[in-house]
Amino acid sequence: MKYYVLIITCCLLQLVNSQNCNSKFFGEVHDFHDGTPIIAAAIYLENLDKYTTTDINGKFSIDNICDGKLTIVVSHLGCETKRLDVLINGDTFLEINLEHHIEELHEVKVEGTSSYKLTKTSQESLLKSQAIERYSAYSLGDALKQISGVSSINTGNSIVKPVINGLHSSRIVVMTNGVRLQDQEWGIEHAPNIDLNAAGSINVIKGANALAFGGDAMGGVIVLKPSSISLNDSLYGKTIISGQNNGRGYSLNSSLTKTYQEGWYVGAQVSRKRFGDFETSNYNLTNTGLSSLGFSMNAGFKKFEQGFNVYYSYLNNEIAILRSSHIGNIEDLVNAINSQQPLVVEDFSYDINSPRQDVTHQIVKAEFYKRYKKFGRVDVQYDFQNNQRFEYDVRVGNDRNKAAIDLTLKTHSIRTSVKLDSKSNTTYEFGVNAAYQNNFANPDTGVRRLIPDYDKYDLGVFAISGLRLNEKINLDFGFRYDFNRIDAKKFYQTSRWLERVYDEDFGNLVIEDLGSQLLTNPVFDYHNMSGSAGISFKTDDHNSFIFNYGLSNRAPNPSELFSDGLHHSAARIELGNLRIQKETSNRVSGTHQYKKGPFSINLEAFYNHINNYILIEPIGTEQTIRGAFPVWINKQTNAALFGIDITANYKINEQWSFNNKSSFIKGRDISREQALIDIPSFKTVNILGYANKKWLNFNSELQSELVLRQNDFPNNNFEVFIPRTQEMVLVDVSSPPPAYHLLHFQSDITIDLSNKTNLNIGLNITNILNVSYREYLNRLRYFADDLGRNLMLQLKLNY
Amino acid sequence: MKTIKKLSILFLSTLVFLGCSNDDIPIPVNEEEVITTLTAVLTPVGGGTAVTLQTRDLDGDGPNAPTITVSGPLAVNTVYNGNLTLLNETESPAELKNTEIEEESNEHQFFFEVTNNIGSFAYRDTDGNGNPLGLEFTFTTTANTGSGNMTITLRHEPNKTAAGVAEGDITNAGGETDIEGTFSVTVQ
Repeated sequence: MKYYVLIITCCLLQLVNSQNCNSKFFGEVHDFHDGTPIIAAAIYLENLDKYTTTDINGKFSIDNICDGKLTIVVSHLGCETKRLDVLINGDTFLEINLEHHIEELHEVKVEGTSSYKLTKTSQESLLKSQAIERYSAYSLGDALKQISGVSSINTGNSIVKPVINGLHSSRIVVMTNGVRLQDQEWGIEHAPNIDLNAAGSINVIKGANALAFGGDAMGGVIVLKPSSISLNDSLYGKTIISGQNNGRGYSLNSSLTKTYQEGWYVGAQVSRKRFGDFETSNYNLTNTGLSSLGFSMNAGFKKFEQGFNVYYSYLNNEIAILRSSHIGNIEDLVNAINSQQPLVVEDFSYDINSPRQDVTHQIVKAEFYKRYKKFGRVDVQYDFQNNQRFEYDVRVGNDRNKAAIDLTLKTHSIRTSVKLDSKSNTTYEFGVNAAYQNNFANPDTGVRRLIPDYDKYDLGVFAISGLRLNEKINLDFGFRYDFNRIDAKKFYQTSRWLERVYDEDFGNLVIEDLGSQLLTNPVFDYHNMSGSAGISFKTDDHNSFIFNYGLSNRAPNPSELFSDGLHHSAARIELGNLRIQKETSNRVSGTHQYKKGPFSINLEAFYNHINNYILIEPIGTEQTIRGAFPVWINKQTNAALFGIDITANYKINEQWSFNNKSSFIKGRDISREQALIDIPSFKTVNILGYANKKWLNFNSELQSELVLRQNDFPNNNFEVFIPRTQEMVLVDVSSPPPAYHLLHFQSDITIDLSNKTNLNIGLNITNILNVSYREYLNRLRYFADDLGRNLMLQLKLNY
Repeated sequence: MKTIKKLSILFLSTLVFLGCSNDDIPIPVNEEEVITTLTAVLTPVGGGTAVTLQTRDLDGDGPNAPTITVSGPLAVNTVYNGNLTLLNETESPAELKNTEIEEESNEHQFFFEVTNNIGSFAYRDTDGNGNPLGLEFTFTTTANTGSGNMTITLRHEPNKTAAGVAEGDITNAGGETDIEGTFSVTVQ
C-alpha cells in the first residue's frame, strides 16, 4: 500500500512537472574528432517546429520549453545529420557531438554507393555501381579493363585475371568487403573468386602504396566495397537480368536491403549465371560453358561512433575449358598451332565437360569499430575463407570423373587498426594483420600433387600518416613490415630431386625416402619491409600533380617454390624452384591532371624496377613415354616495367562527348637485355557518347578498341626432334598474334515506374563487325580465336 | 590511457594465431593413370624368332628419358602378328592397362608408322563401332633390307571418322597423345 501511494505521488508529480513550460534547453555542439565547437549548426525541435542555430562558440539556447520528451534534429553542412530524443526536466543542458571532418566530405552519396577514393597521393581509379552493373554478366577482370592501364590475362573468355601495369596474380591484392582474398591466386588459370554483382564500388590503386592492405602488392590493389548503408527506415533493392546470344545464356542478380534509422541493417544478394558454348566469328568453342551461383548476406549496426558487421558469402563457379586445349604432347601442340581452327568443333551445347574447373569460395567475416572522442577510430576484424578447387582433366577408366587437382585452402585472419584522425590536418593509422593458412592437396586424385600440403603464417604491422599541409598540398608516408613463414610437406620424384641437384643444397629437408619418391619438409621464413611516400598538389585551378614512390617485397608463392607437373593446356612441364628468393620492387610514378571547361586529361606515368623478378621460362625438353615436352622453370632476373596510361574526356556539348583511354607499357629483362613475357601490347579505346535526358534518360556509346601487335616479346620458340619423321620441328610458342580492331556499342534508357522504382533497359553489342582475332594475353590463343559478336539485353530494376 | 590499454590487448590477441601448427604427414600419391611401359611383341606367322620392342619410362613426367629396347632384327618378306601390352609399373605388382583401353576402345586408337619403306601395317582388331583399335595388328616386311624407324602412337579421343584415320593415317586423327614410342628396327 505504501508503495502504491508512492507511485501515485510520482505520477502526479510527473503530471505537475509536464505542465511546467518555463524550462530552458541549452547546450553545445562539438566536432566529434577534435572537440572544437561547430558554428552555425541548425537545431530543429521537431515536435515544436522551432529552429535555432549555434553561435560562434557552438552554443545554443531555447527558452520556454515544456518539460517532457523532445525530438531534435541537429544538422550542419558536411556533417551527418543527427536525430536525438531529449528528456527536458527543468533547465536541461546537452552536449552534442557531430561528425564534422574534411575527410568525410569524400563520402558523397552517388546512387546509393559511398564511392570515394581511398588515397590522395596514389594513382587510383574508381568504378561506380553503374560501371559495374554494365558488366553484371561478365567477370571482375572484364569490368576492370574500363580503367586505363588495367588489362587481363585470360584462359579462354571465362577465366579472366586482372593485370595492373603489366603485373598480375600474386603481385595484386584483391580486397573484398575488407577481406584479403586468398584463393590460390598464383595460377594464371585461377581467376579471382569474386562475384562482381556483390560490389557497390571498386577502387583500383596502382602500385604498392596502399600499405594497409599488404606490403607485397607491387602491381596494385583492387578494393571491392559493398553498397553503402543509408541510415533511415527503408527497404530497397535491385534486380538485373541479362540475356545474350553468344553463349546463349543469362545472368541474374538480385539484392534486397532493409535499413533502420537506429542504425541496424540486414541485406542479402544472390546471383546466377549460366552459359553454353561460346562462339567465335567462324566456329563454336566446344566446351566453354559456365555455371555460376553466388549469394551473400550482410547484417550489422552502423553509427558514426560505433558499429559492427557480419558477412557471409558463397560463390561457386563451374567453368568448362576449351576441349581442344587439352593436348597430349608437343606434336599435338604443333598440330594445334598450325591448324587454323580447333581440332574439336562440335554443335552447341550447355554441357560442362572435362577439362573443367569447379571452384567454391566462402568467406565469413565479423568486423567491429568504435570511435573514441578526440582520438580516432579502432577497427577489429576476423575473417575465415575456405577455397575448394577441383580441376578435372580428360582422363580414362575409373578416373574419368575424378578430379586431377583437389585443393582445399583455409585461411584465418585478424586485422586490427587504429586511425587517429582527431586533428583535421594529420591522420595516423596503425595496424596489425595476422593470418594462418593451410593448404591440403587431396591424394585421392591419383595424380601427383601440383601444389603440396603446407601451413603458412603471416604477420604484418604498418604505420601510415597523411598530412594536409594546406588546401593544395597533401603528403602521405607509410611503412610496413611483414613476416611470412611457409612450412610445406612435399613429395619429390627422386629423379627430379637429383636432376635439380637439390640433394647437395637441400639434403637436410628430406624426412622420408620412399625409393622413387622423397618426402621433404621445406620451411622458409621471409622478412619483408615496404614503404611508401607520396605528394599531391594543385598548382592552379586547372592543374594538379601526384608523385609517389613505393617499395615492396614479395615472398615467392607456393607455386613458384614447389609447382611440379605437366600442364596439359600448354604441353609443358612446369617446375617450381626451391632456390627462389623474395622479389623487391621500387616504383616511382607521376600523375598530371588537367581540367579546363569541357576538357579533362589524366596522365599517369610509372617506372617499376623489380629486383629478383620471378618468371617462368623454358630450359630444354625432356623425353617421356608420351613424347617430348619442354620444361619451364621458375627463375629470377632483374626487370623494369614502365609505361603511360592516358584518360581524356571532352564534352562537346550537352549531348555529345568524346573519351579516350590509352595505355602503353614496356617490360624489360634488364639482366639479359630482352623483353619480358606476357606484357600487354599498346591499346587505345576511343568512345563517342550521346546522351539525351529528354528521351527517357537515353545514353549511348560507340567504342572503338584498337590493340596493336606486341612486337616486344622474348623468343622462347624451340625446335624439337620428332623421331617419327626424323625431323626437327620449330614450336612457335612465342609469336604474338596480329593487331586487331573491334567496335562495340552500348545504350540504355531509364523509365520511372513510380517515385521509388525505375527500370533501366540496356542493349550492348560487342564486336559488332564479328571480327576474328586472337589476343596475346589469352593462354588459349594457340588453339582458337577470341569471341565473335555478342548481343546482350539487360534489364535493371531499382526499387 | 584506458583506450591504449584496450588496444594493446587487441594487438596481442592477434599474435595468438601464430601458435597453430600442423604436423600431419601426407601420404604419397602413386600415379594411377600412368602408362610406364609399352611392349610390342612381333611374332612371325610361319614360325621363327619373335621380336620385342619396348619403351619404358618409370618416372613418368620426371626428367629421365624412357628406355627403348629392340630385341633383334626382323626378317624380310615376313608377316608378323603384333600384340601390344601396356603396363603401369609404378604400382606393385604392375597394373595391366590393356583392359582400360579395351573397355574404352571407341575412344582410343593406335597408329603405326614406319620409315624407309621396310614394311606395312594392318589392324587385326576393332572397337565397339567396328573401327580399328590396334592392340592387335600385323606387320608385313617387304623385300627391302636396311633400317627404319617404327613409331607406335596411342591417341585418346581421336576423330575416328576423319579421312584416312580408319586406314591408320594419323594426319587427321586429332585427339591427344597418351603414348608415343619410336623404335629403330633393322630388316635383314
